[in-house]
Amino acid sequence: MIEKTELLVIGGGPAGLTAALHAGRYGTKTVIVDDAIRPGGQLIKQTHKFFGSRMEYAGTRGFQIAKLLLKELEKLNNVKIYDQTTATGYYEDGVLTCLKGERYFKIKPERVIVATGAFEKTIPFVGNDLPGVYGAGAVQTIMNLYGVVPAKRVLMVGAGNIGLIISYQLLQTGVEVAAIVEGMDKIGGYQVHASKVRRMGIPILTKHTIVEAVGEREVEGAIISKIDENWHPIPGTEKKLDVDTICLAVGLSPTIDILRQAGAKIAYIPELGGDVAIRDEFMETTAKGIYVAGDAAGVEEASSAIIEGAIAGISAAKSLGKSIPDFEKQIAKLREELNNLRAGPFGEKIKLGLKKLKELNQQSK
Amino acid sequence: MRIKEHPILEFKRTRLVPFTFNGKTLYGYEGEPIIAALHDNGIRVLRASLKLNRPRGLFCAIGHCASCFMVVNGKPNTRVCIEPLREGDIVETQHGKGEFK
Repeated sequence: MIEKTELLVIGGGPAGLTAALHAGRYGTKTVIVDDAIRPGGQLIKQTHKFFGSRMEYAGTRGFQIAKLLLKELEKLNNVKIYDQTTATGYYEDGVLTCLKGERYFKIKPERVIVATGAFEKTIPFVGNDLPGVYGAGAVQTIMNLYGVVPAKRVLMVGAGNIGLIISYQLLQTGVEVAAIVEGMDKIGGYQVHASKVRRMGIPILTKHTIVEAVGEREVEGAIISKIDENWHPIPGTEKKLDVDTICLAVGLSPTIDILRQAGAKIAYIPELGGDVAIRDEFMETTAKGIYVAGDAAGVEEASSAIIEGAIAGISAAKSLGKSIPDFEKQIAKLREELNNLRAGPFGEKIKLGLKKLKELNQQSK
Repeated sequence: MRIKEHPILEFKRTRLVPFTFNGKTLYGYEGEPIIAALHDNGIRVLRASLKLNRPRGLFCAIGHCASCFMVVNGKPNTRVCIEPLREGDIVETQHGKGEFK
């Protein structure tokens, strides 16, 4: 039997939950599938307070935002969440296959919103596959969700917001952070986060990288080195750090497998994290009826994922024929909110990526 | 190691249940991902890689990267980062592609 629904949202993180909420409010019959143990995406492990405005729950901690969204969704009888469920494929007849434990089933939706998030990148160095080398987000997940720390002393690679925030959170649980190395000549993350870790005495070494993870079966140390302007390690500047864990916070790539399968046009836009689906300002991709939102649409922040989710959600509902009297007004307000979020110097990269995306979208018409 | 005190978070621990790792009885909290229980017990090496037999551990913790595949209750390629722990689970190191038991 094939389950039918008006809207399928793949991914129950900030973008997916908000998308379902906004579509669901207008009576859209919606199914959310989420592959984690519990939904909420990366929000549920985020203990820091959000910036922005009220629309993105500024001042609230990530895990509390997830709770709020799920509580709102509970009120809607037309929205269902399938947790611990992986969307495994999109087929040309518009059927998606899903796997929940041993149960394999099919869903045929009229619209799809892909809100599958992103996954951590890695970088090449000797021993980068050793147990004890983690994506920084992975350590944050088991630390903040399950209260388990797999480390005593950590080297953090990358001084963007993720590297800085997770270093601070490791310190909060009593784990030592030997250093944060950053290949660029400046700290990538917000000053407020950098100051916090600096006050705790953690050195942030710019123009440095990791060259080797030391150890036979697990990480027992790390060798770092200074790098020159071409990002090559400078011989003689190596230093061995006594650490048992290496966290990589070197960026994320959008998860777009389902979008590729659906035939959406894809473009490589490094400013957005790599390969992304070309889409219009309503978040609809070149595959008709397939929308994208959040980090899957371009790696940014949970705050912008929430707004993109809202845009995708009401746009999908509108295209299904739901009556949304103030549609234009809502979209305009949401777009203004996105512009505000991207206003500072940190938004420049994103705006450049989006400009490229817009040009590609116009060309594809 | 388990975090005992945290400035922001409260960890609601469920029921402590036994499971085995390579035949040895260990304990973890019911419903947490198997990896949390393994890490609490100091176990970070989860499988041996396909060709070079190199040790592999957790990497992404969101079910995407395939680094944490283990044999759980006879089923290989189980992503222990998103597989909830159940009482009596039989967890084993996976070698290569693993085999159904």
